[in-house]
Amino acid sequence: MKVKVFSNPSIGEGGNHLGSLGDVVEEVAFRLIELAVKRLPRDVISALKNAYETEVSDLGKMQLEAVLKNIRLADERSTLICQDTGTIVFFVKIGKGLRLNDDLTITLKRATKEATEKVPLRPNIVHPLTRMNSLNNTGVGVPIIHFDLIEDEYLELTAMPKGAGAENMSALKMLNPTEGINGIKRSVINTVAEAGGKPCPPTVIGLGIGGTSDHAMVMAKRALIRPLNKSNVDPEFSKLETEILETINRTGVGPMGLGGRWTSLGVRIEHAYCHTASLPLAINMQCWAARRAAARIYPDRAVEYLYP
Amino acid sequence: MATYFLTTPIADVTGLATGDIVYLTGDVVTARDQAHKRCLQHWALGVKLPIDFNEKALFHCGPVVKKVDGRWKVVALGPTTSLRMEDSTPTFLEKSGVKLLIGKGGMGFNTQHALERYSAVYCAYPGGAGALAADSVVEVQGVHWLDLGVPEALWHLRVNNLGPLVVTMDSLGRSLYERVAVEVEKNIREIYRQLVL
Repeated sequence: MKVKVFSNPSIGEGGNHLGSLGDVVEEVAFRLIELAVKRLPRDVISALKNAYETEVSDLGKMQLEAVLKNIRLADERSTLICQDTGTIVFFVKIGKGLRLNDDLTITLKRATKEATEKVPLRPNIVHPLTRMNSLNNTGVGVPIIHFDLIEDEYLELTAMPKGAGAENMSALKMLNPTEGINGIKRSVINTVAEAGGKPCPPTVIGLGIGGTSDHAMVMAKRALIRPLNKSNVDPEFSKLETEILETINRTGVGPMGLGGRWTSLGVRIEHAYCHTASLPLAINMQCWAARRAAARIYPDRAVEYLYP
Repeated sequence: MATYFLTTPIADVTGLATGDIVYLTGDVVTARDQAHKRCLQHWALGVKLPIDFNEKALFHCGPVVKKVDGRWKVVALGPTTSLRMEDSTPTFLEKSGVKLLIGKGGMGFNTQHALERYSAVYCAYPGGAGALAADSVVEVQGVHWLDLGVPEALWHLRVNNLGPLVVTMDSLGRSLYERVAVEVEKNIREIYRQLVL
């Protein structure tokens, strides 16, 4: 026997009702997608400018020059930075006390459809076998949404349009625990070198270290939303990020894989404890067009855009 | 490293060498995974293609388009990862007569040999520079196979000074990617040596 329990959103027990914020969430989600595909976060632009100024290869420098010109053009004309507007990925942090009586999955799907039509986005999403295009960037399980519960009072929404060139270079390595830090470095270097110019370097490398296989992949992707000018709060992992970045940029893959100093702009790590017999390492790459936008929605409907 | 301003029809690219820069004006046709697959099927069955690729440039690309007053307009344009077309490229070069491929990320040995065999070149356009490339589109001349979806369809475009294109694989079988790979391997060996210490 199934029992349905209905809760009346207007009769709370002291909680805030996000249900009444559904329209705000949809509007904000739409704006975040639009913002992300048209304007790169400032930290990414700074990192690209720095790469351009310090690139040693002529061809590499020419690629970065075109990239910077492209970013300016997209911003000035309010148009798309890259034609691959990706798979839309959302990270949602739900504050305590916010009561969800709207299905956020449906809300975010609606926002994605609307953005596809109005921004417009390229309709990228297809059935995995028939390859039939849904025409609106949604489908079974898409947009991709990761939910987290947090202690704060707001709802934080991050939109990340994820291009396929970089996403296709993802890797999961279940390392032997004794391989340790050197094993992690070797795996990352190999994966980056093998990817060559395919993920549109200079990339940002997201790493998920520890946890289980599924969790490591999610951490690797979520790690990519931390701005490039914000260091890891854990000094040990902060040091590892710097070391791995420095090593990657000694491979010589260079901008667009044409050789040079700048293969990656940053390495971002999230970690979790893991089984004594495991050392999961997930690698998720982001192209130079490291597009993301985030906002916080407060119970009083106030919206705070976080970046750019 | 010379810079060339080329205009289609392009029948001979044997003068281009790896490292050269090209700005392209004229006819470009986009084709990626599914269009390559269908072209190969058509050739295998002897079915005529809806467009003649000969002497045009082939762009591994899926544009973003919108219809304004009944006409297609390109919103963003840029290369997709070419290596996915590696297996179909030798046949494509043979059957289509295309001499100038444009993409990103480079291609492998199959393509390298085919470029030499059919006297063609592969050029890289800066990946992700979608606004810049769209800026060089003069008009959409036509579209075929829209049933494959917007990104996978054949878009026949007229462009003006599309570039900078870097010749990364030339008709003499030379590949810039091969050169970079050798260098990267050497660097990695040195990195590994230091990691062991």
